[in-house]
Amino acid sequence: MDAETMTAPDLSRLARQRKRAAWAFLAPMLIVLAAVAAWPLARTIWFGFTDASLDQLGNAQWVGFQNYLHWFDYGNGQGEWEGVLADPRWWRSVWNTIWFAGLSVSIETVFGLVIALVLHRSFPGRGLVRAAILIPWAIPTIVSAKMWAWMLHDQFGIVNDMLMRVGLIDSAIAWTATPGTAMFAIVAVDVWKTTPFMALLILAALQMVPDDIYEAARMDGVPAFRLFRKVTLPLILPGLLVAVVFRTLDALRVFDLIYVLTPNTDATRSMSIYARENLFDYDKFAYGSAASTLLFFVIALITITFIRVTRMNLERED
Amino acid sequence: MARVELQAVRKSFGTVDVIHGIDLDLASGEFVVFVGPSGCGKSTLLRMIAGLEDISGGELRIGGEKMNDVLPAKRGCAMVFQSYALYPHMTVRENMAFGLEQARLSKREIEERVTQSARMLQIDHLMDRKPKALSGGQRQRVAIGRAISRQPRVFLFDEPLSNLDAALRVDTRIEIAALHHRLHDTTMIYVTHDQVEAMTLADRIVVLNAGKVEQVGTPMDLYERPASRFVASFIGSPRMNLIEGATAEAMGAACVGIRPEHLHVAQDGPWAGKVVMAEALGSDTFLHVETAEAGRVVVRIPPGETPTPGTALHLAPDAARLHRFGADGAPLA
Ligand SMILES: Nc1ncnc2c1ncn2[C@@H]1O[C@H](COP(=O)(O)OP(=O)(O)OP(=O)(O)O)[C@@H](O)[C@H]1O
Ligand SMILES: [Mg+2]
Repeated sequence: MDAETMTAPDLSRLARQRKRAAWAFLAPMLIVLAAVAAWPLARTIWFGFTDASLDQLGNAQWVGFQNYLHWFDYGNGQGEWEGVLADPRWWRSVWNTIWFAGLSVSIETVFGLVIALVLHRSFPGRGLVRAAILIPWAIPTIVSAKMWAWMLHDQFGIVNDMLMRVGLIDSAIAWTATPGTAMFAIVAVDVWKTTPFMALLILAALQMVPDDIYEAARMDGVPAFRLFRKVTLPLILPGLLVAVVFRTLDALRVFDLIYVLTPNTDATRSMSIYARENLFDYDKFAYGSAASTLLFFVIALITITFIRVTRMNLERED
Repeated sequence: MARVELQAVRKSFGTVDVIHGIDLDLASGEFVVFVGPSGCGKSTLLRMIAGLEDISGGELRIGGEKMNDVLPAKRGCAMVFQSYALYPHMTVRENMAFGLEQARLSKREIEERVTQSARMLQIDHLMDRKPKALSGGQRQRVAIGRAISRQPRVFLFDEPLSNLDAALRVDTRIEIAALHHRLHDTTMIYVTHDQVEAMTLADRIVVLNAGKVEQVGTPMDLYERPASRFVASFIGSPRMNLIEGATAEAMGAACVGIRPEHLHVAQDGPWAGKVVMAEALGSDTFLHVETAEAGRVVVRIPPGETPTPGTALHLAPDAARLHRFGADGAPLA
């Protein structure tokens, strides 16, 4: 605060007062954020460079990049690379996470857009439908994941039962346990759960578009699809992209859904699951911290790249 | 090029009747202004002609063809909206061309039409800007330019100037008048609240009240021979003074009307009163006078010295300019 006032000596008293008030209002949130976000993050990054284990967090020693990558020498002139970056399971989980996020967010965007377009029209009972559509989003993930686990159960699940009755499959499929279907089961449940959120954000963007330009387009006889592509889509694109960023961030740290539905499956192990396994199950706390740190940077990298790329697009549109 | 005929046209929103059977016959190339109080159905009627609202009953014909069930784009109408309705993400050029691209015109013809109407409205230097980077007046001109480039048979304006400031309103009004002159065979229908716009632009004015036509006529017709008490009080600014009670009865009417410009301050005038308020506008001065015989009336006097509130004076109405109305609001001969 002092530095601020010194660099701007010509600020009026009123402006200084306002600035002080602004900082006063911001301070509680900054302190809370520092306590619950910045500090744990810093600790995690630090643990990643130590030999900490769960029962010995106190006297962890600095080991540099050992957890990330190091050459393990067998002593006979041979050896191998070790560390998170050399672990094929880690890279598999990175790939799984990105594949999951890309697929589920794409499907959610398309479905969300369609639902938002429908909800944007006025029809009898719209308010009720709008509320009803939010139910999947309102259910805690653990609950809905458990619910879907039962529905997808290979012996007692209703999904198998229905598909067999209509003759789409001959024998029950273990949806969550079969490597070929596990990821699709996860994506399907995630789509079911988060499409409403997407639809709601897109609906908000749609409602920002003024009605009068649609009337102007009607006077011009612009066909519906062209109108959507040339008018609606460009106008909701900023909102749509924000929704996609939110969802992507969320999807990249997917944990609970997979933890409940398909634990211990290579086919669906995400970065978060990988980090947790090492942190707590395998008692490799430092190694898990290194994985968590990498997770943080992967998500940051993808998000920044996405924002960069789309902002370029936005500027071209604007 | 296109006569616009309405026959017993009605509109209801659900159970609410908004337009109650309107008959109008607008000649090709005519400039017609719809005026009326807020909520009387001006916009609704205009939008029915445009095709943006369904017609609940009666018949609409444009150029002799029944248009009730014709799509808006096929009616040959172009509309200028109060809010401009420009596409915010398109440049002026794209805004003007977008509608034309549906009409299966060649690229060259679109370019030609856009350039021509841009030049007509002097917006050719703004062609690559987005609406955000334009002033209100410029936006309105782009909206008009976009409508012109469609080369419509009928031009529809819904309060096009109401978002502009007073000076710009005058300029744009004059431009619209010039535009009508240039596009003299395009029928124009113009909705407004504004007296001056109605009086100066219109070939004929349609006064609407509560979903019905009160009177159709030239501006001077309406001013000089209002067909009802409603029209009398609606046309003219400031409003006509309406006097009821004994003074009116003495003249054999339920109500007499006299415009502020037809009342004079005169020593021997029959109405005695006191000035309550004086509004000096520079070119005119309006006195609000409380009289015993006629109640509170407004008088227009030439500029010059303004009587202070409290001044006692006598007023004389111009007998030839008195309007007499019966109890039903209809004029008496
Ligand atoms: N979509 C609608 N649903 C129900 N009633 C409507 C609808 N649109 C207009 N109305 C009603 O129709 C009447 C006429 O409306 P309209 O917009 O035509 O008035 P207006 O003469 O243009 O008024 P203003 O001068 O304020 O623009 C109003 O009473 C209005 O409430
Ligand atoms: Mg209106």
